[in-house]
Amino acid sequence: MPEIRVTPLGAGQDVGRSCILVSIAGKNVMLDCGMHMGFSDDRRFPDFSYITRSGRLTDFLDCVIISHFHLDHCGALPYFSEMVGYDGPIYMTQPTQAICPILLEDYRKIAVDKKGEANFFTSQMIKDCMKKVVAVHLHQTVQVDDELEIKAYYAGHVLGAAMFQIKVGSESVVYTGDYNMTPDRHLGAAWIDKCRPSLLITESTYATTIRDSKRCRERDFLKKVHETVERGGKVLIPVFALGRAQELCILLETFWERMDLKAPIYFSTGLTEKANHYYKLFIPWTNQKIRKTFVQRNMFEFKHIKAFDRAFADSPGPMVVFATPGMLHAGQSLQIFRKWAGNEKNMVIMPGYCVQGTVGHKILSGQRKLEMEGRQVLEVKMQVEYMSFSAHADAKGIMQLVGQAEPENVLLVHGEAKKMEFLKQKIEQEFRVNCYMPANGETVTLPTSPSIPVGISLGLLKREMAQGLLPDAKKPRLLHGTLIMKDSNFRLVSSEQALKELGLAEHQLRFTCRVHLHDTRKEQEMAMRVYSHLKSVLKDHCVQHLPDGSVTVESILVQAAAHSEDPGTKVLLVSWTYQDEELGSYLTSLLKKGLPQAS
Amino acid sequence: MCHVRMEQKTTAWKPSIWNNLGLSETLLAREYCLSGHPTLPCNVLKFKSTTIMLDCGLDMTSTLNFLPLPLVQSPRLSNLPGWSLKDGNAFLDKELKECSGHVFVDSVPEFCLPETELIDLSTVDVILISNYHCMMALPYITEHTGFTGTVYATEPTVQIGRLLMEELVNFIERVPKAQSASLWKNKDIQRLLPSPLKDAVEVSTWRRCYTMQEVNSALSKIQLVGYSQKIELFGAVQVTPLSSGYALGSSNWIIQSHYEKVSYVSGSSLLTTHPQPMDQASLKNSDVLILTGLTQIPTANPDSMVGEFCSNLALTVRNGGNVLVPCYPSGVIYDLLECLYQYIDSAGLSSIPFYFISPVANSSLEFSQIFAEWLCHNKQTKVYLPEPPFPHAELIQTNKLKHYPSIHGDFSNDFRQPCVVFTGHPSLRFGDVVHFMELWGKSSLNTVIFTEPDFSYLEALAPYQPLAMKCIYCPIDTRLNFIQVSKLLKEVQPLHVVCPEQYTQPPPAQSHRMDLMVDCQPPAMSYRRAEVLALPFKRRYEKIEIMPELADSLVPMEIKPGISLATVSAVLHTKDNKHVLQPPPRPTQPTGGKKRKRASDDIPDCKVLKPLLSGSIPVDQFVQTLEKHGFSDIKVEDTAKGHIVLLQEAETLIQIEEDSTHIICDDDEVLRVRLRDLVLKFLQKF
Repeated sequence: MPEIRVTPLGAGQDVGRSCILVSIAGKNVMLDCGMHMGFSDDRRFPDFSYITRSGRLTDFLDCVIISHFHLDHCGALPYFSEMVGYDGPIYMTQPTQAICPILLEDYRKIAVDKKGEANFFTSQMIKDCMKKVVAVHLHQTVQVDDELEIKAYYAGHVLGAAMFQIKVGSESVVYTGDYNMTPDRHLGAAWIDKCRPSLLITESTYATTIRDSKRCRERDFLKKVHETVERGGKVLIPVFALGRAQELCILLETFWERMDLKAPIYFSTGLTEKANHYYKLFIPWTNQKIRKTFVQRNMFEFKHIKAFDRAFADSPGPMVVFATPGMLHAGQSLQIFRKWAGNEKNMVIMPGYCVQGTVGHKILSGQRKLEMEGRQVLEVKMQVEYMSFSAHADAKGIMQLVGQAEPENVLLVHGEAKKMEFLKQKIEQEFRVNCYMPANGETVTLPTSPSIPVGISLGLLKREMAQGLLPDAKKPRLLHGTLIMKDSNFRLVSSEQALKELGLAEHQLRFTCRVHLHDTRKEQEMAMRVYSHLKSVLKDHCVQHLPDGSVTVESILVQAAAHSEDPGTKVLLVSWTYQDEELGSYLTSLLKKGLPQAS
Repeated sequence: MCHVRMEQKTTAWKPSIWNNLGLSETLLAREYCLSGHPTLPCNVLKFKSTTIMLDCGLDMTSTLNFLPLPLVQSPRLSNLPGWSLKDGNAFLDKELKECSGHVFVDSVPEFCLPETELIDLSTVDVILISNYHCMMALPYITEHTGFTGTVYATEPTVQIGRLLMEELVNFIERVPKAQSASLWKNKDIQRLLPSPLKDAVEVSTWRRCYTMQEVNSALSKIQLVGYSQKIELFGAVQVTPLSSGYALGSSNWIIQSHYEKVSYVSGSSLLTTHPQPMDQASLKNSDVLILTGLTQIPTANPDSMVGEFCSNLALTVRNGGNVLVPCYPSGVIYDLLECLYQYIDSAGLSSIPFYFISPVANSSLEFSQIFAEWLCHNKQTKVYLPEPPFPHAELIQTNKLKHYPSIHGDFSNDFRQPCVVFTGHPSLRFGDVVHFMELWGKSSLNTVIFTEPDFSYLEALAPYQPLAMKCIYCPIDTRLNFIQVSKLLKEVQPLHVVCPEQYTQPPPAQSHRMDLMVDCQPPAMSYRRAEVLALPFKRRYEKIEIMPELADSLVPMEIKPGISLATVSAVLHTKDNKHVLQPPPRPTQPTGGKKRKRASDDIPDCKVLKPLLSGSIPVDQFVQTLEKHGFSDIKVEDTAKGHIVLLQEAETLIQIEEDSTHIICDDDEVLRVRLRDLVLKFLQKF
């Protein structure tokens, strides 16, 4: 029995470490290869030994697909390909391919240089890993091998984020990665056609949230930043270098210009300019408005936003600083946070989701006394604000996407179990499809029943369809033919053609039954009576009286003959071929009952 | 009454079904050829009940018959003498002007549209665009023929195509011309005119340029596609664009069903310039390959032309002259700028200003940098650094290349000579180029270098004669030449090739060059403007899906090694051009038989088909089988063609021959069925 199997190695009832194994029609595909920001031990990477303990990963996977450049979707890639060992193809979009190695290098530096981790992947490994990447363009059908094909759809979320359709024959799986159903300041909304996949694997970060309008959130954000700066405070916005950062920069840049504000805005790390340059080169991946106006004004050239220097953190006076990373788990954003946390005039705005175990998550859940390294306790007096700018679809958006794709089954990943439970019920009710939410390491098996494509000879098809057009064809008609199977080539042809192709002759099987009737009349008269009797009973059939005295019903022949011994008995010879057996046999039994008396 | 109504219903209902099923055109695909220009094609393909327009190129060579539109009042042009007939009749002198022995129409320039009468263009379902040069007639088609379909093109094709149209509209609209000449088009008058006006075709259908509003409306009908994207049309046909290597986003198209494949090859290139390389492999196994858009200058090598371009440019500038390069705002200009980027320092030209003047110059330069995925590998890798893919970004940054929307405004302040100017239009009939021809034409220090191959440079120059300026002809056409075509055809091996008639014979000027034509076996089928071609392929198969439940019930039987058969009885369902076979409905069991059935219920449905039989019956084994099943008293007689088996007791006779068996018995149904089943044991069903 064919089936689709799905096993999350990460992101099963959890956010972070996205890594989902899919088996479809004998092909194995790994979707994303992320790291978990909440852990720094073995658990930060997916457990690839699940795929194989001894063999080479390349033998067990047909391909790997990376949905976008966020580290919780690609952070384990060099470890997976270079340290565990995988040499097969890795597919991602071009912007992801461009930006992913930069974030990986960033991540490596923090882990090795700042935290002093040993046995981590090296810069060379990142390079070697990226050599295995094949770029995928939107809507292009990429043939991984003769049977397996993949296709990318626009997902919004971050620059170059894509949803992927994985297809073998008539079976398909769509994996959304992270996506956003509403356009934002720099990206468009996710879109997919009615591709009716056997299974849709969707993220569910905001499974229970219906977010208010984006405008309100933006106004709120600007108001909070403005108030803080006005009273001389400092605003820290932890972000990832690429993605939300650009959207918020565009927002602040236009606000500063409009309000003629003077407080400096900084962007940490030397990445800024480079990052913005990527956005300039990948304009076709941004939203409609930016694409339309980029010739006149490139939105990613900022006038008010300048590079940050570490020394600025101690300067007096108001300022706004964008610093990486976004969850306050390490690096510059955490350093600045420690410096500014003690002053109630300051503010930290968390613009995105924070994984459990990170400082970001702790302060957002209300913790105000943080235990730092060396048993030091940091008291947080600064204001802590959460603004959901993460570009994930909310519950409404997820339902919308399910409606667009019309899947036969849905599977939820990248969310919290409790919220998933709620969304699962909603999806099952509204769309009447099964919805699954496996935990990590748990396998969901979906039996599938793919139809078999064959070639039907046009002659046979036309003959059938012409028959189907007859007005009396209310009953479903049976098509009869022969399926010729040669290697993997399946053809359905008429029986006659099959015989001819195979060089075989038809064997005709014919029956002739003798029906004895007591009747003294002449044979010709008998035939006449048989004719009128059959004509009256078989109204829908073609009954004919031929000049030679015989009677035909369709292709069945009835002849009247004298009995060789008994002149009072006549013999009716009913003759038909095997193909007309039902009618022939019926006629025999009908005639056996005798002919009605002439009135 | 009732009967009549019934019949009307069925006849009204039949044709529409036939169309939906895609069978009305089953055995033939047709091609309607609407353009005679081999590099600006416009064909309509009717294939499996879909009507697909392949490109809609606009033949602009018609504008060569018109006087140039000067941006600045030109006393020379406005004082040209009117033309009069040999007998001195001067009634056309307002419309026709004479310049150095050539006659020109003094009017708003007009274009030669694709044929609109050959086929009702409102029936076109989709238009496939292969590159931005082949879509210039789009507004005429989508806005004025009742077209309601969809246009498919890649993003660079649309964006750059828009720029080309915008430039064209701008060039023509900014020089309003009061006069629109039409007298000369009268057939009787046209006959009296000198060549080439006399020979101009279909002048009555020539049209003025469209408006920006029409352009926007036309472009809004385009749906963007990516290379190798499979696009389903009505479930019957799948179309796919493939990289063609000629220009940014340029494509060839595959049009296929499950069993037939048409490849449409339009402007393609195997040279390594800036676009992504041509995808040749996907063209394999085509039934028909339609070949258009080959190089217009088969004898010129693009590489040596670029070399000549650079050296002539350097020579002129060193001597203190100016260089004028009439060009389109996108395409080869990117490659020329790249060559110059590498060349100017070594040639000592670093202080010479390069000007690029076009209303869309800035947009073209900007757009070229954001289409990384459509570029060749070398350029693609640049964006990973991240660096702009084209070096003209650096030329602009270092002020070596400056771009302006027109000669008015900033340009007049910045203008320094000697210099190099890239500007349009290559026909020299409109655009800023007209001004530079008037300005520099009188000095032999200056040079005009023709790089675009679309217009004959001699004809383009005709209204500017006499000229002192040097003219260099370096046509750079990177499209396939005939050697590359024959290599390509050997590689992809289409069953049939269809191409414009120009490609099936050597060029008229080089009639001895038998190598300058398409050479393939079987010989290519050729087409010309306004011709309808039946494409030579027969459809034999159609895809059908066997539902899993039905597939499970099939019993395959190996007939020969590697070949298995299964008889199929199933119900056919057809919807949206897709066919599905489902298992036959289970026979409904009679419910107890309390009610007496009407006699007619017993009459079997003669439409239930039984399989055909094949094989032969070995008499000895058959007799043994009969005996095993309790028949005795069996007698076998030999006949001329076989045997007769007699069951004397049952008064039954079985004639067995090589290909037939005849059972003759009394009306004993039980006996007959028993004998039937024993016979069937020896036969195979089909």
